[in-house]
Amino acid sequence: MSKMIRLKKGLDIKLVGQAARELADTPWADSYAVNPTDFIGLTPKLLVKVDDEVKAGTPLFFDKYRPQVLFSSPVSGKVKAVNRGEKRRILEVVIEPDRKNEYETFQTVDLSSASRDAVIDLMLASGLWPMVIQRPYGIIADPGKTPDAVFISGFDSAPLAPEMDFVLKDAADDLKTGMEVMKKLTSGKVHLGVSARVTNPAFEKLQGVEMTAFDGPHPAGNVGIQIHHVAPIGKGNLIWTVDIQNLAIIGRFFRTGRVDMTKIIAVAGSETEHPRYQKIVSGAQISSIVKDNVKQNGKTVRFICGNVLTGKKVGLENYFGFYANQMTLIPEGNYHEFMGWLAPRLNKFSLSHSYFSWLTPNKKYDLDTNLNGAERALVVSGQYEKVLPMDIYPVYLLKAILAGDIDKMENLGIYEVIEEDLALCEFVCTSKTEVQQIVRKGLDMLMKELN
Amino acid sequence: MKSLRNYIDKIKPNFEKGGKYEKFHSTFDAFETFLYVPDTVTKVGSHIRDVIDLKRTMFVVVVALLPALLFGMYNVGLQHFAAMGAADAGVMQCFLHGLVKVLPIVIVSYVVGLGIEFIFAQIRHHEVNEGFLVSGMLIPLVMPVDIPLWMVALATAFAVIIGKEVFGGTGMNVFNPALLARAFIFFAYTPYISGEKVWISGLSKGEGIVDGFSGATPLTEIANALSDKAAALTFSSTPSDWLLGTIPGSIGETSFIAIMIGAAILLFTGIASWRIMLSVFAGGYIMGLIFNCIGANIYMDMPAHYHLLLGGFAFGAVFMATDPVTAAQTNKGKVIYGLLIGMFAVLIRVVNPGYPEGMMLAILFMNAMAPLIDHYVVEGNIRRRMKRLNVASK
Repeated sequence: MSKMIRLKKGLDIKLVGQAARELADTPWADSYAVNPTDFIGLTPKLLVKVDDEVKAGTPLFFDKYRPQVLFSSPVSGKVKAVNRGEKRRILEVVIEPDRKNEYETFQTVDLSSASRDAVIDLMLASGLWPMVIQRPYGIIADPGKTPDAVFISGFDSAPLAPEMDFVLKDAADDLKTGMEVMKKLTSGKVHLGVSARVTNPAFEKLQGVEMTAFDGPHPAGNVGIQIHHVAPIGKGNLIWTVDIQNLAIIGRFFRTGRVDMTKIIAVAGSETEHPRYQKIVSGAQISSIVKDNVKQNGKTVRFICGNVLTGKKVGLENYFGFYANQMTLIPEGNYHEFMGWLAPRLNKFSLSHSYFSWLTPNKKYDLDTNLNGAERALVVSGQYEKVLPMDIYPVYLLKAILAGDIDKMENLGIYEVIEEDLALCEFVCTSKTEVQQIVRKGLDMLMKELN
Repeated sequence: MKSLRNYIDKIKPNFEKGGKYEKFHSTFDAFETFLYVPDTVTKVGSHIRDVIDLKRTMFVVVVALLPALLFGMYNVGLQHFAAMGAADAGVMQCFLHGLVKVLPIVIVSYVVGLGIEFIFAQIRHHEVNEGFLVSGMLIPLVMPVDIPLWMVALATAFAVIIGKEVFGGTGMNVFNPALLARAFIFFAYTPYISGEKVWISGLSKGEGIVDGFSGATPLTEIANALSDKAAALTFSSTPSDWLLGTIPGSIGETSFIAIMIGAAILLFTGIASWRIMLSVFAGGYIMGLIFNCIGANIYMDMPAHYHLLLGGFAFGAVFMATDPVTAAQTNKGKVIYGLLIGMFAVLIRVVNPGYPEGMMLAILFMNAMAPLIDHYVVEGNIRRRMKRLNVASK
């Protein structure tokens, strides 16, 4: 291990319901889907009709503005429905599985000799390309460009996040191949950020990868934070990132020629009967994942695809997200609390010392979705800075975005962040500002302005 | 408890859009959210949120102000009876006298200020912001006890409307509203907030005082000594009186100890910035030392730490300078901001005896300068980051 970076700022929110290190199989779901809404800024164009037969790896739709970027079915079966929302926007392309596990066959290439273009073409054709994300903007990478470097975070530090040493314990070979693919993609280095607290045996075989260890509270595991400390992104820089489990899926594809989107996710949170790991196929219906695993205590449950800070609210009828690695179940907070702002609130968590949770740093909390207040103008200063381990002034950045000042946004570091990096700022905000939404607004503005 | 909730739910539709009392929506909302934390759940972004909100924040500040308020009430009575020559008045008697004198000021400040806040919130269709809970308490504490109530009302209205609402409400204001209220009276009705009589209840109405009792604050005594070209500073009170606060002065500013209890609460809870507080005291002390070195008159020779105990220095440092909206917002900026407040306060006091209390003007001046300080700190950050980028891209 070459380098070690210690981050002091940040916050570990300790929640009840950490997944136990045991793997449960998930039965076949009644249906699977790819949600075009998982991909930021995507305008999908359908390639299939209802009742078409598809295999795992058959393209379902493509990106209107970059037709070579395909999105493929995770399972074999029949197209059951195309669910649309307002203005006929496609929300879900639903597949009814035939439970036969038939795969499209792809002719893989020898990575030691294959050209970069051949590798990219294969990833595009198989529908795995959308796993490659570019910074700035956090959108699907443009296959026509070459990034300065590839960054991958080897761990997830979010609340109740899956422990990657458990998730990846049988994926060492897939990861190794995946890394070889990444080396093809960039002219620069491939970086892997690993946790200084947990050693992951799956990373031992990796060669030619720049490893950096990170120690510190969340968001130390965010790839954006890691990039900031290793090679900050400025105007004109281009970095590609891949989620570590998606890297294994890419590696698996190059080893077998099959689009096998099986992944291991954590099903966690206080409303989970048995918090544990489950093996699923990407895009499985939520009901199949949490079946018989929701506590029956009369509480309304919020189902979150992803973690409590950045995840997406879903219903049982919806489908597991393309980039998510966990399912979190917490109680809804739709109740009135009498004089709550005055009460000691010993069971609630606050970074502020005006409550008492800082006296019990190891206590685990059962937090709900109550906003705990109402939105106000920004009054308190110095709060965001405590949870953002970046040399960035978050409030000034947000204000620049709200003012629509592109130059200022660039200067203040918007290229370095996406929503998840400032999610904790949103959590701690006294004024309940929708920080993540503002960040995305800024990125959208920038994309529109510059492209 | 349940019946209260049911009652609120029953009358709520009247205040919503289309309801009978739609005009009072903001007012209703303010009372409802005072009683109950709303049942709003997170819709976008982070699904869980910290339990801190502005109500809690402001409440902590109000609690931190209580020692100064309570001691201030007691001291009002103490000074009053001392002036009357009835120095044997009991603690309770002093406190009750103070309560009767101070409570109306507090009530006027809150009623006028909150009234205006409610009206503006309704016009803007906003929720009522909690900021005035603190301002409404600060205003009485920086007033002399003999201030006419109509003047408190006028100053409060000026501070809330011109100081806050024209900028867009809490969070948008440039100047600390409570200090603006004081500055308003200071410049518009100078005799009511300076001199020797206003600091003790009853004196300005010409109630009899015993011989030898001046009613002057230590700062006024210094100003008098300077204009009399006295050979040395003489005080009618001792530094231990200043610590305790048994001296004439604005209602809440006299007791260093009571203010420090408030400071402890603010620092312990992390509501106020320790950077600002500490650097204001440091700035004042450094400036005091500088004047000690110059030593051109008897005021300059006064021990530097006296400055921190006298007048509104401690009160300003703990409760006024730390107002997060009007202070600098970057960590580095906060230190510079605080240091300069302390230094300017002492500078104004010593160099311009026309303004015996330099703290108010120093803080207001630095309120105006805070965005500039932050601007340079942020510019520094931008340059540093550019440099890093250039190094990294090579």
